Amino acid sequence: MSVLAVEALSKSYGGVQALDGVSFSVSAGELLALIGPNGAGKSTCFNIVNGQIRADSGRVRLNGRDVTGASPRRMALEGVGRSFQVAQVFGSMTVRENVQTALLAARHRLLGFLRPAATLLRAEAEALLEQTRMAARADEPAAALAYGDVKRLELAMALATAPRLLLMDEPTAGMGVEERLALMALVRDLARTNGLAVLFTEHSMDVVFGHADRVIVLARGRLIADGTPQQVRADPKVADIYLGRRGGAE
Amino acid sequence: MSFEAFAADWPLVPALAFQAINGFASASTLFLVAAGLSIIFGVTRIVNMAHGSFYMLGLYVAVTLAPLVPGPLGYWGAVLAAALVMGLLGALVEITVLRRIYRAPELYQLLATFALLLVINDAALYFWGPEDILGPRAPGLTGSVALLGRRLPEYDILLALIGPIVLTVLHIVLTRTRFGRLIRAATQDREMVAVLGINEALLFTAVFALGAAIAGFGGALQMAREPANLLIDLGVLGDAFVVVVVGGMGSIRGAYLAAVLVAQVKALCTALGIIEIAGISFNMSKLTLVAEFLVMAVVLILRPHGLFGRPIPPAHHRGSVEAPLRPLTTTGKFSFIVIILGLAALPFLGAAFSYAPVLALDVLIAALFAASLHFLMGPGGLASFGHAASFGLGAYGTAFAATSLGLDTITAFAFGIAVAALGAALLGSVAVRLEGVYFAMLTLAFAQIVWSVVYQWEDVTGGSNGLFGLWPDPPFDSRTGLYLAALAVTVAGVMLLRYLAFSPFGYGLRAARDSAMRAEASGIPVARLRWLAFIVAGTLGGAAGGLFAFAKGSISPEAISVGRSIDGLVMVLLGGVQSLAGPLLGAGTLTVLQDTVMRETDYWRALLGGLILLVVFAFPGGIAGGLALLARRGAGR
Repeated sequence: MSVLAVEALSKSYGGVQALDGVSFSVSAGELLALIGPNGAGKSTCFNIVNGQIRADSGRVRLNGRDVTGASPRRMALEGVGRSFQVAQVFGSMTVRENVQTALLAARHRLLGFLRPAATLLRAEAEALLEQTRMAARADEPAAALAYGDVKRLELAMALATAPRLLLMDEPTAGMGVEERLALMALVRDLARTNGLAVLFTEHSMDVVFGHADRVIVLARGRLIADGTPQQVRADPKVADIYLGRRGGAE
Repeated sequence: MSFEAFAADWPLVPALAFQAINGFASASTLFLVAAGLSIIFGVTRIVNMAHGSFYMLGLYVAVTLAPLVPGPLGYWGAVLAAALVMGLLGALVEITVLRRIYRAPELYQLLATFALLLVINDAALYFWGPEDILGPRAPGLTGSVALLGRRLPEYDILLALIGPIVLTVLHIVLTRTRFGRLIRAATQDREMVAVLGINEALLFTAVFALGAAIAGFGGALQMAREPANLLIDLGVLGDAFVVVVVGGMGSIRGAYLAAVLVAQVKALCTALGIIEIAGISFNMSKLTLVAEFLVMAVVLILRPHGLFGRPIPPAHHRGSVEAPLRPLTTTGKFSFIVIILGLAALPFLGAAFSYAPVLALDVLIAALFAASLHFLMGPGGLASFGHAASFGLGAYGTAFAATSLGLDTITAFAFGIAVAALGAALLGSVAVRLEGVYFAMLTLAFAQIVWSVVYQWEDVTGGSNGLFGLWPDPPFDSRTGLYLAALAVTVAGVMLLRYLAFSPFGYGLRAARDSAMRAEASGIPVARLRWLAFIVAGTLGGAAGGLFAFAKGSISPEAISVGRSIDGLVMVLLGGVQSLAGPLLGAGTLTVLQDTVMRETDYWRALLGGLILLVVFAFPGGIAGGLALLARRGAGR
């Protein structure tokens, strides 16, 4: 069974049809890239799945459960991890504290008062930092990290909810080529070992065609292609969109 | 049926109509202040706390100028001159002060403009003296019109019309002129206006001058209704905040609609007078302030950004990110214990130091107050401009329990704390829906409402006299006993706050402050944590109030006015908002300053204002920030 199933999502703003009956699904261990020119509806689609925007019609199912219209907080507790286009972490806390906080939130333990938080879930936080190769930086303030490290910290925090689905909005934006490929290789490893489904949007084609298992293409709110990177690359409709024969160029 | 007979059968109808016209007159005044506040915020993103000052000065200038020329020319000439003078003053203030703080964190902007309010208030005291000044009545409009058997002052009818007229004129200016289009463009997208090569500095100055002139105009129009006095700057500011929050920041239509809504609800309460529901009689005219609060609460629950407001993108400059909090080192713990022992020994030092425990008691109360506020501002990231409300609820709750209910000292103190906690739970449930300047304005408005309720509810609070004759039972009846008890309460409170900052709750709170987006995506219940922080801060602020009531033996509305809120903010910033010890240092410093330097002068407000500006412009890290910098330099970094 697929982890995420999106069924016939539609959304319009005023007269503009941002999404028009879009359906797709992601399975455990799979990396699915969502691409398309600017204004194709990527962000709208992404933000409906993560709970930030409400769809006009259509369903979002997580492990078969209907979660259409759930708030971002509920989505998190339902097992959806997220990373943002501009990485979001808790700047005034150390790397370890960042992950501990995310773990405490996931276990509904933030209202605990009895013990100092620094001692709680420490080993688990360190295990997550180990997985994202951030263990050496555990005591550094998050605000002082290099951007590539901030991204990996964010990934560790996204994993704290033990998610089944990881949503990544342009995961490699603002990173150099080497860092970009290293991060995606890490995400791929994590997806394989933890059976995670990963849905990401991306602008750099080397990341999309180098790391995605499957690619879906949106244009003017419609899904125009869904297949392996090779199939999508060979699809004439996709070439049309990207090479601008119909004026939909980026 | 004759009208008299009709009025006899339906006594409420004429009263309602009469109060409705009155309500429109008040709405106009509110609107004139709120409109400028709203336009200035829209363009510069600054909430101008000094806006009430332009209103007040407009009135002072008008009552000074009007008698110079007799007749209508003198009166209306003075009104226009006041507007013009305020416009010029607004431009001057913008150029000299505001320009330096556009890139500062919101909290510093709010405090800097509040400092201006203090300085302007003392300037008015210097030029016009402390006595109220009566203005002339409007020539030709001194009569009244008979309406439904009552007499309506002609001047009120004129005022009722002025609001819609100014609204229309502003609307035309905003939609039809180049200046107006620039204002609207800047309100919607500031970066774009800068990119288009528009002279931003000039636009900001012009907008500020316009807002100040409208407020000055509104103040000058009050000439025939109330005397010029030094209290109206803050009075009108609280109301204008309610109006702007209800109407939606940056919306002129919203400001007028909200002004009418608020003024009419108040007028309705006044008109209803005493009503009976299920055998219990309520004096509705005393509920006007509660009604204002209810209107605001309902609107904000239904529309968090006000009637016509849109979500405002978060401010990009939050100032520097603070360093991670660290538990105290052994040296730190040792110093803490030494300081507590030193404070505990103070009363036993003998006659040479007899004043020390008195001053130290003030410092302790201030420290607890500032530390509780800091919990909300620092870890919570929510700067309350109304922390005096908790202080007041705690102080009045304690005093009421001890005097009117006759409870013993400890129970009365607990009662006061419980009142403050309940108040915080109620006000907090509305306030934590907002952030940034909205939160600041709403909390300030809450505190004004608590103050007004205290002022008006004579049966329980003693009205303007307050409650007095509050004597603690033994062993707290001696100066030493009370002092040691206050020390114990303060130390316990400060330790609790520190403990909470390091608890999972504190982690979640700091996380939500650092990145609300990440916090939501991690499943952190942001609103609930903030609500709890509001209650914690309110409870301990209430404890400070309870101690204060026993320390002074009395409590009056003056002690819980907005000045108390601002003192708390100044203490936190002076000490350093990014450190848990900061508020304690700030409370000590400000209290000693107040008990020594400021006590010697009539112009303590200007001194306090100067101090605030100094901190904002020169020492944004406060004392703790400065000390940390010195320590790092000492360590060779």
